[in-house]
Parts: sequence; structure tokens; C-alpha cells
Amino acid sequence: MTILVIAEHDNKVLAPATLNTVAAAAKIGGDIHVLVAGQGAGAVAEAAAKIAGVAKVLVADNAAYAHQLPENVAPLVAELGAGYSHIVAAATSNGKNILPRVAAQLDVDQISEIISVESADTFKRPIYAGNAIATVQSTAAVKVITVRATGFDPVAAEGGSAAVEAVAAAHDAGKSSFVGEELAKSDRPELTAAKIVVSGGRGMQNGDNFKHLYALADKLGAAVGASRAAVDAGFVPNDMQVGQTGKIVAPQLYIAVGISGAIQHLAGMKDSKVIVAINKDEEAPIFQVADYGLVADLFEAVPELEKLV
Amino acid sequence: MKVLVAVKRVVDYNVKVRVKADNSGVDLANVKMSMNPFCEIAVEEAVRLKEKGVATEIVVVSIGPSTAQEQLRTALALGADRAILVESAEDLTSLAVAKLLKAVVDKEQPSLVILGKQAIDSDNNQTGQMLAALSGYGQGTFASKVEVSGDSVAVTREIDGGAQTVSLKLPAIITTDLRLNEPRYASLPNIMKAKKKPLEVLTPDALGVSTASTNKTLKVEAPAARSAGIKVKSVAELVEKLKNEAKVI
Repeated sequence: MTILVIAEHDNKVLAPATLNTVAAAAKIGGDIHVLVAGQGAGAVAEAAAKIAGVAKVLVADNAAYAHQLPENVAPLVAELGAGYSHIVAAATSNGKNILPRVAAQLDVDQISEIISVESADTFKRPIYAGNAIATVQSTAAVKVITVRATGFDPVAAEGGSAAVEAVAAAHDAGKSSFVGEELAKSDRPELTAAKIVVSGGRGMQNGDNFKHLYALADKLGAAVGASRAAVDAGFVPNDMQVGQTGKIVAPQLYIAVGISGAIQHLAGMKDSKVIVAINKDEEAPIFQVADYGLVADLFEAVPELEKLV
Repeated sequence: MKVLVAVKRVVDYNVKVRVKADNSGVDLANVKMSMNPFCEIAVEEAVRLKEKGVATEIVVVSIGPSTAQEQLRTALALGADRAILVESAEDLTSLAVAKLLKAVVDKEQPSLVILGKQAIDSDNNQTGQMLAALSGYGQGTFASKVEVSGDSVAVTREIDGGAQTVSLKLPAIITTDLRLNEPRYASLPNIMKAKKKPLEVLTPDALGVSTASTNKTLKVEAPAARSAGIKVKSVAELVEKLKNEAKVI
């Protein structure tokens, strides 16, 4: 059994999610190879070769792979991956974009966002936004899997010394081209990657009041999210939404401020390690899932919290 | 140009689902069903393209049980011109659905196919990408902006930490993300008119598609329950607990 892990990177730096993906591969068992498809990604390949437990790194260096366009990368992965028992990638925007295309090319079903490995062919994954957990078995010759990073502790980034091998295969489908990219310049971490998330709900009353949450978040190095109610009320933009139809987060600490705790919202954050709820309504359903609840006026509690942390 | 929109009938996003006692799945008896929220956004985008004069015809397709006709009628009321139901009572995987949609694409020859990025029941996030692979088309997944010009479409995509814009040759596949638009509600006169719009029913057999799967769901369980913790009396006590008990700050 040999597993092909698709490295997540930006041609310069190997993304940490790759370490969680290798951890999932290690649980499956067998040799682990890592594919670095990109352009001028030598440093990424070097970093991948150092990951504990990796036996070989394949490097496909071509302009067609520079921006991870799925039309070009998927045929490469399908061609290389056909000889492997498993193809595994992180459930990042790249992994989600590329891997189903690979699975369809190999004519196999994909298993998305696994949170545990039961055996080499059986995996657990959340469905209904985490309100149910399905155990899924695959009979595919090549099992195509994406991994939810929060389900697996990362392996060590150092300690390995894998051989690095160049792959000549070049695929340019000519169907798509990269136009541009705008990455958020915020100093705050990305919602789904943050260790701490501070979220506000309808109780914030307006968008301006989110400044209290930003101040607290900056002190904690946290990302800022919102409930659907706050988004629908126009307080903050849609991309801040945590919940079933928004982002699914599982940070070490989730602080819900002025959020009542609708099912929709709980689905997006209930896998957080520690949940804190601050709400003036002591009957709010959010308190049923919170490890620490504080019944208080958020406009007094949040500034005080900011001072004390 | 013709736009094909795929929609799925799923449990309404406000319903708290319960796992069946025998762990065979989720109990959907007497539960409110709706159009998948991301599919609503797909329908809305197609209607806006028609209002702008870019799209000339909107065909809406669903793969599912006969009751999915309700969601197709909703899409017709929102502005789609005609509907196709590929009727199947089976629980189909994303690959099977993509193969069925590919057969519909071959038949209809749309310039653009718009789908939701994922369904809120199975949470797979696969079908659009698989359809793109099977059709050999370019894909613009997790779209927050779509601009058609000539024989190409520029798609701005929500990616981790920001946005990316790609240009795709038409025909192309687009999957929607939340920020793409805010879906409208159907008006009563349009709901009445939708009842008279054409709705064709096909079967996987008639399309010559096998829906065999390499995935088997062994069981479905409720997630580990989270119990309520404690109420703290003050912010100071909260900070003390987070520092010394939970050790998260």
C-alpha cells in the first residue's frame, strides 16, 4: 500500500495543513509519497522531504501548475495517482477544487473531509454540517480522500529525509487561465485556521459595535466571525458567517458574543475545544453547549474581557 | 446562451436532524424539505444573467425523488424557463449525479452550468468538479462573482484567505458560494405561472447511465453530545478559568 499525499502550498511555503494530511495518511498505513505540483516550488519540495514519515517527494514543476488550476493539476494527479492505493489531500479550497476532478477521472467516488481513519478502507466523516457522523467504506481501487485538518494532529515538520524526484508529466488543458488573486491583508488569522475565534450575533445591535470584538480579537490573536442573524441584519459581510451555510470552524477557543445559538450556527462551531458564551439572556440555547457561560451585558463584559486577557 | 442550473432537494437548513435509532441514516420522515441554499444562489445567478440579457434560456435540472418536482417548480417560479427531473429514489453518490448531469449536458448543450458548491445534507462538495471533469470543461468553484464576456467567463472564487479570479473558456461549470448573490423570493403570480411551465421527467436508464458506487455508508451516528458547562459570575472569573482550567489563553 502506497499513499499519494497532495502538498498544499503557494510555491514558496508548504502549508501546515499538509502535516495534518500526512498524519491521516500515516493512520491509513503504508508508504507515503508527497506530490508537489507547482512552479519554482523547490523550497516546498525540500520542506516536504523533511516531514516525518514521508518516503518520497515527487515534484512536478511546470507553469501550468503555478496557480493550482484544477483543469491542469487534476490530470497530473490522476495519471500519477492511478498506481497508488490512496490519493489524499487537505480539505482546503485547493484540495476541494482539485480532488473531485481527480476522482471523476479515475471513475471512483470520493470521500470528503474525513475526521478519522477506521481502517485502510473505512473512514468517518461529518454530514448534515456535523449533526451526524457517517462511517463510509470504499471499494475503489484508488481511494480518493480529502482530510479535515482539525481531525488529525499534525506530524512533525522535521525529522524525515525523503528522496526528491522530478516528474516530467505536463498537462495544460487550455481551458482556464489565472487572472489574479486578492489575499486578505488583515493581520488577523483566517477564520477556519484560527486557534481562537470571537464571533458576534444579533446582540451586537449594529456593525459599528463589532469594533469591540475586533479589539478583543487583536489582543488574543483571534479571527472574528458572526452568526447568520448578524450577517442577514447587514452588520458584517457574508464571508464572516460561521454556521451550516457559512464557515465550519473548530478552534481551541470559541467566544460567542450576543449569539442566541440557533441550530444553524451551532452546526458551524460545536466542534470547538472550548466554547465561551456571553449573552444577557440566560435562557439562550448557546449556554447548553458552552463550557463557560457568562450572563452579562456584552457592552460591559467584552471591553472588560479585553482589558483582562 | 443557454444556462443549465442543477438543484437538489434537501432537508431545510433550519431543521435539527436526528439520527435514526438503527443508525441506518438520518430521519427525514415529516421533516421540512427545501431547495439546497447554495442551489438557490445558483438559480438566482442564472436569473440575473437572463435579466442582463446574457442568458436566453434557463433550464433547471434535479436528480432525485419525484417530490423534487416541488423544488423544480420553485426554480421555475424564480425565473427558470423549463425543468428536467431525472427521477431516482436511490441515495446517489456525487459521481453518479455528475454522470447523470453529464448526460443532461450532452442533451441540452448549455454554455454555462451553475450548481451549488455543496449540498447541506451530504456535504460532499464534489458534483460540480466531477461534472467538469466528465465534460472536459473548465470549472469556477466557490464563485463570488461571475462575468460572461464573449466566449469566456471570468469567475472570482472564494479561496482560503481571500479571492482568486480565473478566466474559463465556455462552456464552463460554475459552483456558487454564499457571497455570489442574495436570492429573491418567488412572487405569488410567478408561483402560479410556474405551474404551467414545462417539466420533463427522465430516468437514469433512459439516459443510459449506471449509478453504481464505490462508496458504502456502513452507519450513521449522532456526534458526541456536548454538555453544558458552568456559568461564571464575572469576567474576571472567566479569564481565570480560561487561563488556568481550560488553558486556552
